[in-house]
Amino acid sequence: MEDSLELVPVARFVESSGDGLKYEYKAVNLVKGEQFSPAFSNLNPMGYVPVLVDGDIIISDSFAILMYLEERYPQNPLLPHDLQKKAINYQAASIVSSSIQPLQNLAVLKYIEEKVSPDEKIPWVQFHIGKGFTALEKLLNGYAGRYATGDEVFLADLFLAPQISAAISRFNVDMTQFPLLSRLNDAYNELSAFQDAMPEKQPDYPVVSKG
Amino acid sequence: MSADCFSSLRLYSWRYNSKLAGAAAAVAIADLWSLCKAWVLAQVQTRERIGASVEEPKKLQLYSYWRSSCSWRVRIALHLKGLKYEYKAVNLVKGEQFSPEFSNLNPIGYVPVLVDGDIVISDSFAILMYLEEKYPQNPLLPHDLQKKAINYQAASIVSSSIQPLQNLAKYIEEKVSPDEKVPWVQFHIGKGFTALEKLLNGYAGRYATGEEVFLADLFLAPQISAAISRFKVDMTQFPLLSRLNDAYNKLSAFQDTMPEKQPDAPVEYKG
Repeated sequence: MEDSLELVPVARFVESSGDGLKYEYKAVNLVKGEQFSPAFSNLNPMGYVPVLVDGDIIISDSFAILMYLEERYPQNPLLPHDLQKKAINYQAASIVSSSIQPLQNLAVLKYIEEKVSPDEKIPWVQFHIGKGFTALEKLLNGYAGRYATGDEVFLADLFLAPQISAAISRFNVDMTQFPLLSRLNDAYNELSAFQDAMPEKQPDYPVVSKG
Repeated sequence: MSADCFSSLRLYSWRYNSKLAGAAAAVAIADLWSLCKAWVLAQVQTRERIGASVEEPKKLQLYSYWRSSCSWRVRIALHLKGLKYEYKAVNLVKGEQFSPEFSNLNPIGYVPVLVDGDIVISDSFAILMYLEEKYPQNPLLPHDLQKKAINYQAASIVSSSIQPLQNLAKYIEEKVSPDEKVPWVQFHIGKGFTALEKLLNGYAGRYATGEEVFLADLFLAPQISAAISRFKVDMTQFPLLSRLNDAYNKLSAFQDTMPEKQPDAPVEYKG
């Protein structure tokens, strides 16, 4: 999953999670086009963030990064042992990264605004988020505990937290239709792993907007 | 061990303690050995009786639509791993994904869905990861962590950057213009293919990440095939992907599982 202007790569959440992995934050200003600079292009010719560098290993795409971290640093696992529950985590991640996020990114929204109509943008994004959230409510039914697939934070939560946050703060989605996701959002708001990783707390968050 | 065996142990132990003769101890041990042998034999016979009445493990079931790229990925994996399965056609055009029977199975209404006994999994990526863990023969991922990551990245480019946007073709046709549909699809496929050419540069061998078929190939093969046959993408701009496509066309794992050979492919498409 690549981000055009998303300032909340999913990987950031895992970086601040109980894994306890310290890292150097390297800001890439997507608005200024820094992803196309020679330095960054050398690192990642595709121009996507996030990118993780671990010695000689270079990985882009939040999902690929998470799977790498899971294997290389197995403390505080991101996936449950149970195969059905593990699959539910992958399914939730896919719904967010394939069915929702690509359709809400800025390039697509700009296209809708320009080619269909400015009035179509909000209904478009709310439709696709709503469709994905409806699917998630069904998927997680019977599996959710305090978090998406039980009482521990797993992969699904890492994808859900930023998505729900964006749905509320950027797209004004009416969350009353999604009681399970609303409850999960409340749980995420109480966890430092999620709160410390949020966009507004990052070094490159614009000074003018900082609260 | 059963209670009988232990009570014998205690009994013999007591008997041994109360007698001083070594011969009595030897007899006690021999008797104990006979008792334990009889117990073991009884266990084996019981298990044989149970084994004879156990049913054959249920076959895997795959709910699939002939033309779905996502379903094709899973069919390739099942072929590579030598796994037999029952093909359950879900006609997406007729809306069969919304039938009560399918909704019970997968309320989200997506294909593919894999059923393996009590386990029910939808989403091609989740299914592939499950198959990889449950049936590790013919692995779908390399051991090397960097190469493994390249496979995940390729899969993500297809499933997040290309396929969801390609699926909007009908919306674009209706809401923007019929003339805009093809440029839209070709733009997004082109963008994704350009990224893949860069990603795989230096990793590709006969296949996407070396000399063996891995996860990346399972995502690439259906995507490239659709790009060529359905969307008329000019592949000359993508030499690496063109070469990979030629390689896929020679493999039975890809050819035997192609959409046109599925039971639910319309007659006019059947290869």
